[in-house]
Amino acid sequence: MIAARNVGVSFSQRAALADISFDVPAGQFLCIVGPSGSGKTTLLRVLAGLIVPDAGEVAVDGKAVRGPARSRAIVFQDYTKALLPWRTVAGNVALGLEACGVPEPERSRRIETLLAKMGLGHCSGHYPAQLSGGMQQRVQIARALGQDPQLLLMDEPFGALDAITRQGLQDEVARIAAEQKTTVVFITHDLEEAIYLGDHVIVLASNPGRIAERITVDIPRPRSQLETREDPRFLDYRHRLFGLLKH
Amino acid sequence: MRGLVIPSLLIIGWEIGSRAGVLPPDSTSRPSEIVRALVQALADGSLLRDTWLTFEAALLGFAIAGALGILLGAVLGLSPRTERTVGPSIEALRPIPAVALIPLALLVFGFGLRMEAAVVAFAALWPVLLVTVSAVRGVEPRLLELSRSLELSFSRQLVKIVLPAAFGRIAVGLRVALAISLVVAVTVEIVLNPRGLGHSMIAAQQAMRSDLMYAQLLWLGFVGWALNKVAQR
Repeated sequence: MIAARNVGVSFSQRAALADISFDVPAGQFLCIVGPSGSGKTTLLRVLAGLIVPDAGEVAVDGKAVRGPARSRAIVFQDYTKALLPWRTVAGNVALGLEACGVPEPERSRRIETLLAKMGLGHCSGHYPAQLSGGMQQRVQIARALGQDPQLLLMDEPFGALDAITRQGLQDEVARIAAEQKTTVVFITHDLEEAIYLGDHVIVLASNPGRIAERITVDIPRPRSQLETREDPRFLDYRHRLFGLLKH
Repeated sequence: MRGLVIPSLLIIGWEIGSRAGVLPPDSTSRPSEIVRALVQALADGSLLRDTWLTFEAALLGFAIAGALGILLGAVLGLSPRTERTVGPSIEALRPIPAVALIPLALLVFGFGLRMEAAVVAFAALWPVLLVTVSAVRGVEPRLLELSRSLELSFSRQLVKIVLPAAFGRIAVGLRVALAISLVVAVTVEIVLNPRGLGHSMIAAQQAMRSDLMYAQLLWLGFVGWALNKVAQR
């Protein structure tokens, strides 16, 4: 599905990413974790097509990524900036469908389904500013799902949320990804979140951003916030990767 | 209420001074005469007709300036490359005083609505254009990335994302442009276009009807104030 080959990105002579190569099979959940400054977000933007790498190439389904595409939906971390404040919740979700040219009667039906799926049914007429952070992030996810993406790119989507909200959303994203068999690339700075969600975890190191370690998480799904996090394999992964994230 | 003290005293003093023969009668009509002229010009419809003619030109010019300024401003704001190409030409045109274009506009359009609206549009374009460029540049970059990742066409990006996001600031430019439109329309009429309030004022002045001229001035002040009130909503 995704094939990244020797990807390198520099910003004004300084290498942000160097020699990044990995594959993600279709329907798999890849988490990329790393300290700040390790180029996680840059890597996600390369996958999205928002940045053209200076070296190497990313291919999705065999086709080289040359620019952004609707088939690759992005969920940004800063939901307050990524939602349209003048549109209601339903209007924000509609944006993705409008972009895809979904005509009206069907659009309303799809919006309703998406809102129900993300637990937003009761606030479709609210404006983003009237919602909590967690709810706003749900709106963004609903909008992204409306694009019917092959690939869902999530940039530290829960980084600004409190722990309880975050765990709830982790489980929902895991459930939806499994239901829709969407390929997901999920950026986080939280190692436990990465192990909990991922089929695969890539750990980045800084200066320049490069792959320090990659593991396959061999814990069956569906996972549970309580048992999975106490699973000896979970703790073992955590031990192995923890040292890599220290500066 | 305190603010009314000085104008009241001035008007009373003016009326008395005028009746006592202290003030020159040609350039200063008595307030009572001015009020009579105002009521008469309102009653016979001439004042309202002139007001409409002036508004027609001011609003047409404003509409052209608004549409052009927003469109051009959005393009320049979104594309730094176009800005670098077109920007210097704009900077060269901008310092030309709009009224200096009156002879040219007359040559191209002749007397009438079109030449007046053209001069108004030139004058009102700049505030809309400059404010739009900076408002569009200030649009949250996330939203532009979002519209790129949704593969929105340029026009849909403009309508769905950029203009709604920038509208609050663009409205400020439009308000300034509206005020300028009225000023320039009246100016063009005073200078040479034989229509509207400005022309009637110069005609009244030349006919030694300073009472009517003051009445029109008073009315113009009111109209400008009312237009500004409407624009602020």
